[in-house]
Amino acid sequence: MTTTLDANTQTPPVNASSNREGFQRKTRSKADISRFSFLVPTLYIVFLMLPIYWLINMSFKTNQEILSVFSLWPQNPTLANYIVIFTDSSWYSGYINSIIYVVLNTVISVSVALPAAYAFSRYRFLGDKHLFFWLLTNRMAPPAVFALPFFQLYSAFGLIDTHIAVALAHTLFNVPLAVWILEGFMSGVPKEIDETAYVDGYSFPRFFVKIFMPLIASGIGVAAFFCFMFSWVELLIARTLTTTDAKPIAATMTRTVSASGLDWGVLAAAGVLTIIPGALVIWFVRNYIAKGFALGRV
Amino acid sequence: MLELTDVSKQVGAETHIDSVSLRLEGGTLNVLLGPTLSGKTTLMRIMAGLDKPTSGSVYMDGEDVTGITVRKRDVAMVYQQFINYPSLTVYENIASPLRVAGTKPAEIDQKVRSAAELLKLTPYMDRHPLELSGGQQQRTALARALVKGARLVLMDEPLANLDYKLREELRAELPKVFAESGAIFVYATTEPAEALLLGGNTATLHHGKVSQFGPTLDVYRNPVNLQTARTFSDPPLNTLSIAKRGSSFDLGESTSVPVASNQQALADGTYTAGIRPHHLWLDRPNGEFVEVTGTVVVCEITGSESFVHVDVLGQRWVALTHGVRNLDAGSSVPVYLRSSDFLLFDEHGQRASALMEAA
Repeated sequence: MTTTLDANTQTPPVNASSNREGFQRKTRSKADISRFSFLVPTLYIVFLMLPIYWLINMSFKTNQEILSVFSLWPQNPTLANYIVIFTDSSWYSGYINSIIYVVLNTVISVSVALPAAYAFSRYRFLGDKHLFFWLLTNRMAPPAVFALPFFQLYSAFGLIDTHIAVALAHTLFNVPLAVWILEGFMSGVPKEIDETAYVDGYSFPRFFVKIFMPLIASGIGVAAFFCFMFSWVELLIARTLTTTDAKPIAATMTRTVSASGLDWGVLAAAGVLTIIPGALVIWFVRNYIAKGFALGRV
Repeated sequence: MLELTDVSKQVGAETHIDSVSLRLEGGTLNVLLGPTLSGKTTLMRIMAGLDKPTSGSVYMDGEDVTGITVRKRDVAMVYQQFINYPSLTVYENIASPLRVAGTKPAEIDQKVRSAAELLKLTPYMDRHPLELSGGQQQRTALARALVKGARLVLMDEPLANLDYKLREELRAELPKVFAESGAIFVYATTEPAEALLLGGNTATLHHGKVSQFGPTLDVYRNPVNLQTARTFSDPPLNTLSIAKRGSSFDLGESTSVPVASNQQALADGTYTAGIRPHHLWLDRPNGEFVEVTGTVVVCEITGSESFVHVDVLGQRWVALTHGVRNLDAGSSVPVYLRSSDFLLFDEHGQRASALMEAA
């Protein structure tokens, strides 16, 4: 290698042969790199997928196998764990409860955030910047902080153990986030479009639904996704505000200790089923997520 | 007829529009000419009803419409940016004001198609605006303004963001397209040449004030004040403080020019002379010209014309000359000028003589 370099420097008009050697040198080092290029994706998959794989792995095993032997894949694959979940109402009603309040929450959060975000993006009023910033107050503390006041408040109104109670509690965290995301997307739409619509004679509601909402459709999708995901994974408040009728799946999962100990297999199967809705929603908004994390400000 | 009386617009401590009074007749083309930040857009927004004036009134056909929202006014507006509804097709974009107005579908279709035909958009009806070129997008916006058949059509530098070819093409079409509608047509531009090409009436704006309003050629030839002459000149107007003494103007640096026959009546005293760039000659022309010596600062060559920046009589002037002139910076050139080309203004910047320009 050094000799080639010397040859190059000694003969200033670089000739064809030294050129070729330089080329070979390059390809050789490239080959060295490509020999290890499998490493990156492998490490990526191992670190990222291993816990999920292990969960899925466990969900197809019997409790006995989980506790007794170490196996990379199920020795006696069984669907029994899933059958338990789909037949036992105490299990599947957990999913239904979760989905009900998550959807309720998403709908309420986005429909409340839309007009608020429009106001923040289009109008200047006294203290608008401060109001906008302090919207995030409730996100500055862990949700657990609010569990106690919520419990007290909802008991007073007799809302404990209802779906709407959890949905409303989650809006406290989701509306500000949705407003921030939507405001970013809305500010990307030129104000002149609004004005052109008014000049054309559109009333505000008609303009908002027919012209404006299609322009920020991806923003609405991203906001809905973030609301959905927060509400779906939030456990503490959901558990505090419910007892039986609206008990979320995550709470059900923490109460599976029976006389015979933990039911590992069923718990794993429940975990797998919990990942699915989130994965589905992520799949639908995957192209907009980066923009969503930037709160629409790209 | 649109009438503005004493309209002012204040934003915070800043005055954006300063007591403007204008009277625009139906079926006329009116140009608002002024540099950026002169208040053209603000004035248009007040005309449209998008903004409310701080004081003063706006009358449409004798009716006071000052506080009335834009939705209830009969206006159409085209912006400098190409503003369309990105989620609707070109057809639906053009049809949108008619749909809102509740026009019958057959009539909508007929109107949309004829407007699209006029603005050469027929092949793109099913596309979305963002799939079109800038010129096509702006034509879509124009078609939407046209199809509405509004009594007041406002265009805020509609051609500024278009390339040169399209601009020329559309500039020729626009007045024709809207002339038939009998609407009041208001067109804002920063370019004096565009105002002259469009014709009609021109209002020159400066710092939120209308300095002159009248037929475009009239305003160009006979600016009533220095500000108007400056606004309506591109490249910038050359100015010089001169003194009239008897039958000659003292230009300073012991140079003088004889007073032209139609300027004899002026009283002796100091004036500001405005000399348009094309009235400075670098080759000796025929006639009563005086030669002064200038130093070339820079030459800008556009092809058929050259802008020669010269230091003359302690001023930096621009001479607009034909052909390509590649003069070295720092070299001396003779500059020829004559007094009959001077636009003379008194110390208040008002026109000292209502002389016709010997163009």
